[in-house]
Amino acid sequence: MNPALRRAADWAPAVAVFALGIAAWEGLTRGLGVEEFLLPPLSDILSTLRDQWSLIWSAGLFTFKEALGGFLIGSAAAILVALVLARWRGLGRAFMPYAIAANAIPIIAFAPITNNWFGLLSPASKIAIAAVLVFFPVLVNTIRGLTSVRPGQIELMRSYAAGELQIFRLVRVPAALPFIFSGLKVGTVLAMIGAIVGDYFGGSQDALGILIRRSAGIFDFELAWAAIVVASILGMLFYASVALVERVALRSQAMRGADL
Amino acid sequence: MSAQRAVVSLRGVSKEFGRGGVVALEGIDLDVRPGEFVSLIGPSGCGKSTLLRIVGDLIQPTAGGVSVNGKPPRRAREDRDYGIVFQDAVLFDWRTVEKNIALPLEMTGWSRERRRTRVRELLDLVELSGFEKHYPWQLSGGMQQRVSIARALSFSPALLLMDEPFGALDEMTRERMNLELLQIWEQTGSTVIFVTHSIAEAVFLSTRVVVMSPRPGRITGLVDIDLPRPRGNETREAARYAELIRDVRRTLRRGGGFEVDEDTSVEERLIAAEEGL
Repeated sequence: MNPALRRAADWAPAVAVFALGIAAWEGLTRGLGVEEFLLPPLSDILSTLRDQWSLIWSAGLFTFKEALGGFLIGSAAAILVALVLARWRGLGRAFMPYAIAANAIPIIAFAPITNNWFGLLSPASKIAIAAVLVFFPVLVNTIRGLTSVRPGQIELMRSYAAGELQIFRLVRVPAALPFIFSGLKVGTVLAMIGAIVGDYFGGSQDALGILIRRSAGIFDFELAWAAIVVASILGMLFYASVALVERVALRSQAMRGADL
Repeated sequence: MSAQRAVVSLRGVSKEFGRGGVVALEGIDLDVRPGEFVSLIGPSGCGKSTLLRIVGDLIQPTAGGVSVNGKPPRRAREDRDYGIVFQDAVLFDWRTVEKNIALPLEMTGWSRERRRTRVRELLDLVELSGFEKHYPWQLSGGMQQRVSIARALSFSPALLLMDEPFGALDEMTRERMNLELLQIWEQTGSTVIFVTHSIAEAVFLSTRVVVMSPRPGRITGLVDIDLPRPRGNETREAARYAELIRDVRRTLRRGGGFEVDEDTSVEERLIAAEEGL
């Protein structure tokens, strides 16, 4: 079998499940007459999506920008703090337990509070909650990566009279990259959740969370579902783009070597 | 044998881990002459790996004097006077074979062109030509260890420190690697200090075998290996080879080397703790 055919065969079961799921959704909602507030038929959602595309899409982009802002700020801060905590182990030992504990806190519960801090209508409050959500998993993963180096690797580098900085650049950072990327991928999901849930507690009329809440409030369930579809698509694209960067980075890492 | 001419000279070297803790080495005196192949052999926990690391300035002795190429070990390390090979090949998964071997060269600022030429020579030497672009995880254990040896040889150090480099390999691979190592040693003319558990391996490779006792590690005997060179598969069948193996075994037994069979990891853990890793 040629490779393209084999790949198609590998994917066939997943595609079949997808098609069956769609068919079941459409068939059951129509056939059983499921109430619209429970679940509207997929075709109705799609036609709403088509009719009101520009409204939903611009709301989606608005919220995506909040999520992206939070993601960038949160992950950059997390990586910087992780570099410091991994470099000065004493600091790391002092702060690590709290970082791990904070990782278990449902930070989203703070959303109404950040709305008060940064202003209800301002995207800043959503960016803040998304940033805090992203911060902890990226921090914990990055530190774990930076300190996961095998003792033999450090010994080897010391035998070459490598300085702390060289060990960091040539060993710790490349060893940490897979960990950092798994933190970042979790971060994309959390950033979207943070931005949308942040919207739920109040926000600009342009935001996707507000659109979902408002349309559900006035029983326009097709619109609410259409907005959820857009949120899902944006979330998946966000995740996939980080995963793509990961693939490129971890492959070319070997090629780049010293330039890293 | 005068101390100045020795590549490595140890005088009364002792090592105690922790305060008043385990005495790993006690009163080690040893001179290694240029071009020698010296094996350190002894039971687990006799401090032979510790001794190797003291020579490499990866661990500080508690007492005694060490000189490497006539310098303090720290200077020798900073001058990159030695290459080291561990039991685990310690290759970097994100680097190709070529980039792994070139790592020390990259760190000392060799140009890309010079690195490439040197790596090609080394791959030829360890018989891995054609594997430049492979990643470590695509190689067998024996091949990984050859990459690690090539890396240690990359900057042509006069001294090669080897810590049970073939300990994790199967018997057949180990014998082949022994032959290859002898060829490399004869071609490069470097001095080798080789830690091993295997009496047969020590006798086959060495010009001299240093026999150590269990903790606290002391030198209990030196056995000169006068087997003719070049050595090959026929060496393993020679009567003299069997005799020397018996001599080393007796020396080990006199030092109590067969009474203790401790967990190897004790020493590794002590070393790791010492280095704060």
